[in-house]
Amino acid sequence: MGPPREAQPGSVARVEPLAASNPLVDWSWVSSNQGMILSLLWEHVQLTTIAVLFGLLISLPLGVVAWRLRLVRPLVVGVTEILYVVPSIAVLSLAAPLTGFFSITTAEVALVSYTLLVLVRNVVAGLISVPADALEVARGMGYTAVQKMVKVQLPLALPSILAGLRVATVTTIGLVNVTAFIGQGGLGRLIIDGSNENFNTPIVVGLALSVALAAVADALIVGLGKVSLRWQPGRTAGAK
Amino acid sequence: MNFLSKVGDFLTSGANWSGPDGFLTQLVTQVEVSAIAIVAAALVGVALGTFLSHTRRGGFLAVNSANAARAIPSFSLVVLIAIQPAIVRLQQGGFVATAITMFALAVPPILTNTYTGVRGVDDDVRSAAMGMGMTTAQLVRRVELPLALPLVVAGVRTAAVEVVATATLGAYVGVIDLGFDIFAGLDTNNGVETFAGAALVAALALVVDLVFLVAAWAVTPRNIQRHGPILRPV
Repeated sequence: MGPPREAQPGSVARVEPLAASNPLVDWSWVSSNQGMILSLLWEHVQLTTIAVLFGLLISLPLGVVAWRLRLVRPLVVGVTEILYVVPSIAVLSLAAPLTGFFSITTAEVALVSYTLLVLVRNVVAGLISVPADALEVARGMGYTAVQKMVKVQLPLALPSILAGLRVATVTTIGLVNVTAFIGQGGLGRLIIDGSNENFNTPIVVGLALSVALAAVADALIVGLGKVSLRWQPGRTAGAK
Repeated sequence: MNFLSKVGDFLTSGANWSGPDGFLTQLVTQVEVSAIAIVAAALVGVALGTFLSHTRRGGFLAVNSANAARAIPSFSLVVLIAIQPAIVRLQQGGFVATAITMFALAVPPILTNTYTGVRGVDDDVRSAAMGMGMTTAQLVRRVELPLALPLVVAGVRTAAVEVVATATLGAYVGVIDLGFDIFAGLDTNNGVETFAGAALVAALALVVDLVFLVAAWAVTPRNIQRHGPILRPV
């Protein structure tokens, strides 16, 4: 895990804007803090991966249920929508007193809750888009409901699900920064450090690495889509 | 006394609502900074989106900018802007930094939706308008934008909810908005104060979402209203 950090109340200080003249990137700072930067980046990757995997684990069954039971659908979509509109810093603060002020659980609860809207919505949209012909054939082949779902419907819904996964992943990478307020946060830690010291470099490094990480993750999912959808000519994880 | 009732007491105490850092002032500031950003973003986003869809260039940029922008953490942007000497010198530096960051957050969804909406206008409709002798300006104002309006409003709605919720971060750079109590509570390990502030932000975001839901409904042509719910592109 990451380096020791001051996960103490009071370490979260508001910026006292002082006149500062410093270059956008001080490369000597970067090279002397390489180790810390890399371990924060790794922590960022871990926080993101856990959040997206849990989000997917919750969203797939939830999406299937919402798709199957039309009456429940508005409820499921509505609840995930409410979770999505609550601001990230607020979700953190709402969860903090319940799951511990500086715990990783609090960070993950907030991050996972953000992935749900996009993922559930795209699972439902993907399942709706499955052509009736395919369902008819599956029925004719004597598939049970579960077989039909696993072998026919979910694979055909995959482009939509992957599109949701792209949005969810990129969003989560940005949000992980905010969890720095509760002592987690990967690269977000650099932003808080930079603002406490009125020093541009850590902020720019944190921002640049965060954006780069999102680009890499997005490209990875697109690649995953291309590989897993080879059987479906002309379809990839669509940009959404 | 349990936690939630303490939060309730905190929220209903009149003293917490008045004064220069009371909830009322915070609420006004939060709405103010959000409104400035969204109005500016709507003007720029709609103009740029319409322009790009007409030149048939920059389409890739327009469609992908929303997704790419999600990757830029508002948190780093607001801090980075706030500590620049030119901003620090301003009297309301934190407010300006927050407004600029929120503007940057709001433009992409509006731009993407405007571009998509205007591009989606049927070419037959466009030909008919041209055949009636409309100039390009008339075509845009009387045909394309009205037809694209539901999608444009959906984009503004997405942007507005994100902005009104994210403007909370302004408190980190000295703006006394609804983030004030959230950060104050985090500083002092006061869960009740943090929770109360967060609940207000959440409530405001939901209200904004509902207002735009109604607006989206109102600007949707009647026949589309009858045929299904308004879909909001994610």
